[in-house]
Amino acid sequence: MTKSNERKLTIARAMAEATAQEMRIDPSVFVMGEDIGPLGGVYGNTRGLIEEFGAERIRDTPISETAFIGAAVGAAQDGMRPVVELMFVDFFGVCFDAIYNLMAKNIYFSGGNVKVPMVLMTSTGGGYSDGGQHSQCLYGTFAHLPGMKVVAPSNAYDAKGLMTAAMRDDSPVVYMYHKGLQGMGWLGTEAGATVHVPEEPYTLEIGKAKVVREGKDVSIVSVGMGVHNALKAAKKLEEQGVSAEVVDLVSLVPLDRDTIRASVAKTGRLIVVDEDYMSYGLSGEIIASVTEHDISVLKAAPKRVAFPDVPIPFARVMEQFCLPNPDKIVAAWDEMQAA
Amino acid sequence: MSPTREEQHWMYRNMVTSRRFEEAIAKIYFEGKSPAFNMANGPIPGEMHLSDGQEPVAVGVCAHLTPEDVVTATHRPHHQAIAKGVDLDKMAAEIFGKKTGLSGGRGGHMHLFDDNVNFACSGIIAQGMGPAVGAALSRKMQGKPGVAVAFVGEGAVNQGGWHEAMNLAAVWNLPFICVVEDNGWGISVAKETASSIGSHADRAAAYGIPGKRIEGNDPYAIFEAAGEAIARARAGEGPSLLECETYRLAGHFMGDAEAYRPEGEKDALFEKDPIPKMRERLLAEGTASEADLDTIEEESAARVDAAIKFARESDDAAPEDALTRVFAA
Repeated sequence: MTKSNERKLTIARAMAEATAQEMRIDPSVFVMGEDIGPLGGVYGNTRGLIEEFGAERIRDTPISETAFIGAAVGAAQDGMRPVVELMFVDFFGVCFDAIYNLMAKNIYFSGGNVKVPMVLMTSTGGGYSDGGQHSQCLYGTFAHLPGMKVVAPSNAYDAKGLMTAAMRDDSPVVYMYHKGLQGMGWLGTEAGATVHVPEEPYTLEIGKAKVVREGKDVSIVSVGMGVHNALKAAKKLEEQGVSAEVVDLVSLVPLDRDTIRASVAKTGRLIVVDEDYMSYGLSGEIIASVTEHDISVLKAAPKRVAFPDVPIPFARVMEQFCLPNPDKIVAAWDEMQAA
Repeated sequence: MSPTREEQHWMYRNMVTSRRFEEAIAKIYFEGKSPAFNMANGPIPGEMHLSDGQEPVAVGVCAHLTPEDVVTATHRPHHQAIAKGVDLDKMAAEIFGKKTGLSGGRGGHMHLFDDNVNFACSGIIAQGMGPAVGAALSRKMQGKPGVAVAFVGEGAVNQGGWHEAMNLAAVWNLPFICVVEDNGWGISVAKETASSIGSHADRAAAYGIPGKRIEGNDPYAIFEAAGEAIARARAGEGPSLLECETYRLAGHFMGDAEAYRPEGEKDALFEKDPIPKMRERLLAEGTASEADLDTIEEESAARVDAAIKFARESDDAAPEDALTRVFAA
């Protein structure tokens, strides 16, 4: 818990701080992407870096995602540690070849003789009526394809530790930050994401989930914004006398199945909350991770609260209707009891 | 700049080695694939794209490169890999899917990586452009010597990513050279059907960089043009674009019936086979004697035989090793 006299940072500031600290000690780290220079990143995560490190290491690129992500792969294989930004994850459509056919496969194709130490930062999430090409999460899309680690912080403490860990990893890491958690003034921000962040550098282990709230009746498993919805739902459930445990996955690849299984073994019930599309994705994977391991721990059929399988609509009422929220999680619990 | 005697011998040796290698692969490829052709059978399964006829581009360019320079190549990579100095034993073993292959069988003939000589190739058109530009950026940022060369086919210049990468290399003034191997065919689609202009070198104007087309599949002319472009890159003067006319004496892939070729085209191309032509020139100019060339040819054949023997005698990849090396160790 954050104390009142401790320094709090937004996720955006925490990412920028981690990057700056790493760049001071490792000359091979550099940043490139669209509007990451003087603008400081559309979502603030490179703010202040160009002033300290200059345009050589904080490189604004042309709007050419295939070229600069492909270039990052080549630079990473040649001894650099690029941090590249795909401004919106939705833009993956113009450059996925560079991501999943090169970045994700070159270590394997080289039999491990080549390293690809790069970080692909990308913004995810909706809730602010930006329409169906600027609001997706696509967690499942990235996590499905082998060769990329995938992380998604829910708060600034984790954001800094994951960023430093990602920059030090010799494999590619996709760093998916949620716009609604970034702390941008012009975009509504979840207050719970802005937390105490130590000044000194530290790393968070990639592939380790966290139990962020202990409980005994149900496990609510989520990532990113979903963790905050889960925590709010857990409070509401507490008022009804239900003790909910909340698991923050933190990393999607590698997935910490042990922590999920241990939680569900304790509570006997599972609700997965996912802002990504429902089918063929994260929510199904979490449920399978539990049921294929030991279905006998379940006292009720698992539930999922996820984005329905439709493109993300623009109209506020339509988008909000589709997004997960605390009430939907509580309703999932109620349905579980009624079944 | 003309190649020295030693450079000419080196070029001829690598052209011959490449051709002997492709001939060996072609022969072995059909083992186990008759009477019914099934690509999945035999000691070399999968697609196979041979480079017969395109050797002048590989040697004319790579004669100027050292192991520290970076090359990305295409789905048709053997001639360039050989000219860049990729370990031939491990390369052959990789093509056979053996444990001793460059990646232990994980990559195959379209995914050859040899980090000792900074060589990589990949299977999708224009895909090597970004990584080569990135390697050039890395050298520039680190102040380390070395240039990066992306070999692509003439079909690749119509990929969006090709243009993105050319612009990026130019706007950042990187030590990068794009070498277009124009064999006239994108599988079955003729160049004039696919491209709005005859010489892709003209496209260099769009990026404000030098562009040059070299006609005739001539290793000497390619050597000269590549030498200028690479010297320019080494001097920090930025990227260049070269388009080299070349001949694909084989099909797009092994098993290609090539019905799309006009009548007589293949015969005419074989008449212009660059290897006998270079041999004649070496002799005519007195740069090599018959005995020199015989020795080079014998040594090249022996080198290929040894690599094929190594590949054949190596252990198969262990199935369970498929599950390893997904991430860096």
